[in-house]
Amino acid sequence: MRKIAIYGKGGIGKSTTTQNTVAGLAEMGRKVMIVGCDPKADSTRLILGGLHQDTVLDTLRAEGEDVDLEDIRQFGYKNTICVESGGPEPGVGCAGRGIITSINLLEQLGAYADKEALDYVFYDVLGDVVCGGFAMPIREGKAEEIYIVVSGEMMAMYAANNICKGIVKFAQAGGVRLGGLICNSRKVDKEADLIQALADKLGTQMIHFVPRDNMVQKAEIYRKTVIDYEPTHPQADEYRQLATKIENNKMFIIPKPLETQELEDLLMKYGFMD
Amino acid sequence: MLLRHTPQETIERKALTINPAKTCQPIGAMYAALGIHNCLPHSHGSQGCCSYHRSTLTRHFKEPAMASTSSFTEGSSVFGGQANLVEAINNIFTVYNPDVIAVHTTCLSETIGDDLTQMAQKAKDEGYVPAGKKVIYASTPSYVGSHVTGYANMVRGMVDLLAVSTTAKKLDQINVIPGFVEPSDMAEIKRIAELFGKKVIMYPDTSNVLNSPMTGKFKMYPKGGAKTEDIALSGDSKVTLALGRFATGIGAKLLDTKHKVPCELLDLPIGLAATDRYVEMLKKYSGQSVPESLMEERGQLVDMITDMHQYFYGKKVALAGDPDQLVALTEFLISIDMKPVHIVTGTPGNKFERRIKELTENLPYKVNYTVPSDLFTLHQWIKNESVDLIIGNTYTKYIARDEDIPSIRFGFPILDRVGHQYFPMAGYKGAMRLLEKILTCLLDKQDKDAPEEKFELVM
Repeated sequence: MRKIAIYGKGGIGKSTTTQNTVAGLAEMGRKVMIVGCDPKADSTRLILGGLHQDTVLDTLRAEGEDVDLEDIRQFGYKNTICVESGGPEPGVGCAGRGIITSINLLEQLGAYADKEALDYVFYDVLGDVVCGGFAMPIREGKAEEIYIVVSGEMMAMYAANNICKGIVKFAQAGGVRLGGLICNSRKVDKEADLIQALADKLGTQMIHFVPRDNMVQKAEIYRKTVIDYEPTHPQADEYRQLATKIENNKMFIIPKPLETQELEDLLMKYGFMD
Repeated sequence: MLLRHTPQETIERKALTINPAKTCQPIGAMYAALGIHNCLPHSHGSQGCCSYHRSTLTRHFKEPAMASTSSFTEGSSVFGGQANLVEAINNIFTVYNPDVIAVHTTCLSETIGDDLTQMAQKAKDEGYVPAGKKVIYASTPSYVGSHVTGYANMVRGMVDLLAVSTTAKKLDQINVIPGFVEPSDMAEIKRIAELFGKKVIMYPDTSNVLNSPMTGKFKMYPKGGAKTEDIALSGDSKVTLALGRFATGIGAKLLDTKHKVPCELLDLPIGLAATDRYVEMLKKYSGQSVPESLMEERGQLVDMITDMHQYFYGKKVALAGDPDQLVALTEFLISIDMKPVHIVTGTPGNKFERRIKELTENLPYKVNYTVPSDLFTLHQWIKNESVDLIIGNTYTKYIARDEDIPSIRFGFPILDRVGHQYFPMAGYKGAMRLLEKILTCLLDKQDKDAPEEKFELVM
């Protein structure tokens, strides 16, 4: 079983990319579980064809500790297992603690047990690693590979670099490694070159360049992944490629985060060529 | 009438606990950690947590309970406690030189998401953990479970970070993991096991730590406690007898999954039948017959039960305590024809509820229990159906006084009596002590209240 966490700046398209890629893996016959680690609980909407109704934390609050796996799991596209951690409304409580609680509960309930025969677990994590809770998925024994979704925009790259700092901390104690950057294109000039250069500096790879296409948005309106909604569309093939590349990826490294100045120099070099 | 505001009418409550029948996870973790020889428990959080846990243990055992703290400040809460813990580990090994530091978390460090695995590794990488020394740890947020959960988590930490397996073939030795019981009980549990002539590895073992003698000299680490080298060997044993599934289950199961040491989950050996089951298991795994001396103790207990049965018969009892103790006690009281009519624990757990249901569902009278519950509820139940005896920790004495019901101390914490540290309630002898206490309490009351014409010389 491979355990993968997807990080990236808020709004960069982590959930969309994760689900579309998971659809690609599911289509290849892999058994996948997605664990949404975002209090908004919208990490599995495209796989389920609608919002997950029973988040782990809501269930825990309603049922007390007598929670069964079946209370919190739902099955979506090609039997992909979906779990949403859930969490508090904006402005109250502690979402980070919520993630710690839900992942612990999933382990206790045997969601990762051998008999589940999972090929992949994907953790879709909210925005930046801002507190201990959001690092939960990359603690020892949990996710072993991380992919960072990034675009050619300054702040996205800045966030990606910050996440790498978090990975370094945990990589030294546990086994977590960076598997690569996924460029989710914003149609910025020379975007692919820029991300490739960033990847080189970090010591990793740009595992795939996902071009921007309105089909993604359209499928999303219909609560579906592209592969599910329009399997023959070229964008579906992009996600299939990404899924295949992840499946065959052998490059796992401890990243070397950049100094802020280095990052800005990189932008200067690629951002204003003309 | 200190509890005069307690109304008789019960109203269903969900969001409020009044007079809880439980305490913090770290207290259990700290207690378990003190059951390792030369071990300093370390509280990863603010200072107040550590002080409270130490003082509760001290008040219960009347012994100093040594522990250190990460001393969180506002800064640690914002930036995480790693710097504090790493520095603490360095200081502790330099200044206090224990063999093991047993770190447990607190509500604060849990909530900010401190990762002990990563921090312990960091301390090691920085060279702060001298060769041969160990740092073990357990996650113990107090907003989950109770002190029993904390004990269980620290036991699991011992298994996880100290036990190893060195041979494919298991050795002819038996692991015993006692639940959250007194140092005296731990000694008795070990004594019984050793009667069968095999090597017994028991941990935690707080005997001679929290009931050590006054020698006139302060010892930071008293002579008792399980040795780390013995705990390490437990991965090679042929079986683990886990006594009290709530306090020992997860540790024993980890020994099974990690080192393939099969486990038997038993009740605490408190009372006749539960001790019988413990003895049966010892007989089975040692291959020895039950020693004559133990049979004699058993015989004495049975004799006492039969001699005094008329005074036990039909007496109603209210119980408050921890799940493992309550399960054993309920079974024992029913077996001597007493009636445990109200049972309260603050430790959550549906398994406990199911077990009590099994034990009581065929009784010809109704038994009150909801899990988790509190002492306020117990008091209300007693107001609706009075009892002849209350068995519980010190906090039940308020109810006993207001309702003029005799009571005996049993469980944790006992802040106002002594004896529990030194005299066991476990095993056959322990059961005799328990019965002696029950009888003395009931008969004193009878003597005090009997009208002149019914005042008995011989009872």
